[in-house]
Amino acid sequence: MTEHEIFEHDVLVIGAGGAGLRAAIEASATGLRVGLVCKSMLGKAHTVMAEGGVAAALANVDDRDNWRVHFSDTMRGGQYINNWRMAEIHAKEAPERVRELEAWGAVFDRTKDGKILQRNFGGHKYPRLAHVGDRTGLEMIRTLQDHGIHQGIDVHMEVTVVLLLKDGNRVSGAVAYDRERGRFRVFHSKAVVLATGGIGRAFEITSNSWEYTGDGHSLAYHAGADLIDMEFIQFHPTGMVWPPSVRGILVTEGVRGEGGILQNSEGKRFMFEDIPDNYKDQTAAGPEEGWRYVLGDKEANRPPELLTRDHVARCIVREIKEGRGSPHGGVFLDIAWIKEKMKNAKDHIKKKLPSMYHQFKQLADIDITKEPMEVGPTTHYVMGGVRVDGDTQMSTVPGLFACGESGAGINGANRLGGNSLSDLLVLGKRAGEYAAKYASENGETSINNEEVEAAKLEALAPFDRQCDCSDGTYQIQYALQKSMQSQVGIVRKGDEMEKALEDIADLKQKAATVGVIGNREYNPGWHTALDLKSLLTVSEAVALSAIERKESRGAQFREDYQDKSEEWAKYNNVVRRGPDGSMQIERIPIPEMPQELQDIIKEMG
Amino acid sequence: MAETNFKIWRGDADGGDFQEYSTEVTEGMVVLDAVHQIQAESANDLACRWNCKAGKCGSCSAEVNGVPKLMCMTRLNDLPLDQGVNIQPMKTFPVIKDLTCDVSWNYRVKKRIKPFKPRKPDNEDGTWNINQDDIDRVQEFRKCIECFLCQDVCHVLREHQLHEEFIGPRALVYTAALEMHPLDTEDRLEDLKKADGIGYCNITKCCTHVCPEEITITDNAIIPLKERVVDRFYDPLVRLFNKLFGS
Ligand SMILES: Cc1cc2nc3c(=O)[nH]c(=O)nc-3n(C[C@H](O)[C@H](O)[C@H](O)COP(=O)(O)OP(=O)(O)OC[C@H]3O[C@@H](n4cnc5c(N)ncnc54)[C@H](O)[C@@H]3O)c2cc1C
Ligand code: SF4
Ligand code: SF4
Ligand code: FES
Repeated sequence: MTEHEIFEHDVLVIGAGGAGLRAAIEASATGLRVGLVCKSMLGKAHTVMAEGGVAAALANVDDRDNWRVHFSDTMRGGQYINNWRMAEIHAKEAPERVRELEAWGAVFDRTKDGKILQRNFGGHKYPRLAHVGDRTGLEMIRTLQDHGIHQGIDVHMEVTVVLLLKDGNRVSGAVAYDRERGRFRVFHSKAVVLATGGIGRAFEITSNSWEYTGDGHSLAYHAGADLIDMEFIQFHPTGMVWPPSVRGILVTEGVRGEGGILQNSEGKRFMFEDIPDNYKDQTAAGPEEGWRYVLGDKEANRPPELLTRDHVARCIVREIKEGRGSPHGGVFLDIAWIKEKMKNAKDHIKKKLPSMYHQFKQLADIDITKEPMEVGPTTHYVMGGVRVDGDTQMSTVPGLFACGESGAGINGANRLGGNSLSDLLVLGKRAGEYAAKYASENGETSINNEEVEAAKLEALAPFDRQCDCSDGTYQIQYALQKSMQSQVGIVRKGDEMEKALEDIADLKQKAATVGVIGNREYNPGWHTALDLKSLLTVSEAVALSAIERKESRGAQFREDYQDKSEEWAKYNNVVRRGPDGSMQIERIPIPEMPQELQDIIKEMG
Repeated sequence: MAETNFKIWRGDADGGDFQEYSTEVTEGMVVLDAVHQIQAESANDLACRWNCKAGKCGSCSAEVNGVPKLMCMTRLNDLPLDQGVNIQPMKTFPVIKDLTCDVSWNYRVKKRIKPFKPRKPDNEDGTWNINQDDIDRVQEFRKCIECFLCQDVCHVLREHQLHEEFIGPRALVYTAALEMHPLDTEDRLEDLKKADGIGYCNITKCCTHVCPEEITITDNAIIPLKERVVDRFYDPLVRLFNKLFGS
């Protein structure tokens, strides 16, 4: 029997991005013992990469903004299948959560009168994103990290959770291994918060890191929790496309917020040609009005480049498919053109978009103050995730909470840029608060040792199998990524997705027999083999949900069902593990929105 | 481009050696791509850290041909490939395995530094008014991605191993960001002088040269902190003079 060490916490938080850190800070403020686990080192989670900003109706730049406008923008962006309660709470509480960061040491860019500066972003009616150049996520995670380390939280860095433990219906802890030494840790707790981020690694072209294998989604699923909205994957319109090694790396929407325009190979600003009806009266009539909007003219409407991501991504795909793409299979994104309008354009771009400047200069030999970038869609964010209660963030499993990208509901069919960083703060705080409450109101749990031993055996099994390095765990991952990218990507068709499900079934068998070389010390081959289980689980959930939703809405575009259906406006898809262990899907009706919120949506048009 | 030879250090705390690998290098590749390719083709258990692949997370630090670098931002076509590429872990920290090392010391050092302590809010809604001009410097320091390359290159830590006496350039940048934060009211000068050992820095500027975020570590962070320490502790004459003649 392999040994393990046991750690006792009242609340265990899995994931140390913005959501997990915020949850841990909140839970530890109640005096409970809080453990925080993460796969990477502290401060390296995905949140660090976020660029553009955090959305909150502070109304520092445009005093017409308030939570009601933010709420209605979020619902419109999500095509009204969002969890309206979460969207309401998010819009109301985001300003307070952002201001709180300042009290913890964050240093946001300023307005002339010394307040937090806000910038334009897609789908937001007014300039709403508090930011620090184009490294907002770094500022946020560092602030939370530097504050968090003084709150008495026990941090377990480079530790990966592989199983949630249960005591009856209730969650009671987790089994994990440390990446450095490969030793097992068992966490015993009264409540667990999942904040494990997204699933982008299931696709070939992605802005996401190795961590994004959907572990939290999969852990929750295997523990019996519901997943919701899994068909909705956000393909960000602007990822790098050249050179091949940087394909998928994000180019922040902030570029367009600062005036960047999209052009095809004929030099045409194609976004003006396809403006959805429900955004017509919010979109600029021509380039001149669009530029005035960028400059802050309150009378002007936003340029079409700032339409929602799902729509912009599809327009780009259309241009490429119809032969008007750039040399390396993207389109052009040009910020350099603003020099026609501004004297100090070069310095302005460098000041506002320093890391974009750096990234293109160093990785693609392109000076964005002089020439356009080539960009194309990249898998970026998952709207779907663990189904939770709108007020408490508790999942359908008692004691199990979820927040951040691994939680779901707030974004509906499409997330607005900037709403993730704010959702991490607002819902992360709530998850921590209610997990602590749950832990203090409910008694001890016990741990099932058989489950622990079985999990350890399963984790170690790959060492006992034959391994061929060049046809092993990495190749299974690549095959899955290819299948998902080409068959469950931006443009979907029922039969192709059925084929993807078959691929997933095949790859599951392969993954169950894959071997690894080496020993348990810091062995990425082994880690990747264990991550496959999560990747395959979430991929299946995505494909299954996408097949079920026979319409196009938000991020889901189906070639075989190109229109939005009124019927589907009433439902969310839920996926859960059936009694026989197979994945089951159910349509659940969206609860009716209170009159007060309906009125807001009507009023905002 | 073509097949290129790589020498990658493989081993753990008990020792190790360079091993040779060869892989195909194509246009635009960075060192981290080559490491990943080798990992997937022939060395599944080759350990290295990374997250963002875009110079934003500070995970992939290593020494490439002897120079501390982010592997994800080091283009292969900037290196003399005909001579092969040498990759090894940072030297200043204990190795865990292959290209990963134990940087936990940096986290312990940071925890020791007195945290941010803001003055009372300026406004009733709990907010402050801050001028952009007053935070430009602090924002420069806050660009730090904690890659610890500056710690790796600093001779006080690298050659003299004075980890107990000296907190190193990264932690000094962190302290400077706090000390120069317009809202902060904490006093860290005594710590800087004693526990943090700022006096050990002899301004060689090696840290500034390796910083991938181009933070002017020495001139903008360390020297001003040194001046503050000197003003407080070493110059009673100046202090007396100022007191008498009120400059
Ligand atoms: C390049 C880029 C730019 C972005 N820009 C913006 C932006 O400008 N505005 C915005 O609002 N959003 C942006 N986003 C989206 C946003 O950054 C993410 O959605 C958000 O940071 C997710 O935060 P999180 O706390 O949920 O998870 P993360 O920050 O990803 O953290 C996940 C944590 O879970 C841990 N973890 C995962 N699995 C396990 C496991 N099995 N065991 C233990 N720990 C585990 C990880 O180690 C990590 O610590 C951007 C995303 C990317 C990729
Ligand atoms: S300037 Fe000081 S801190 Fe920087 S490398 Fe030299 S001695 Fe070290
Ligand atoms: S100061 Fe620069 S070199 Fe040092 S850790 Fe920060 S980013 Fe890295
Ligand atoms: S992988 Fe993030 S800095 Fe290199």
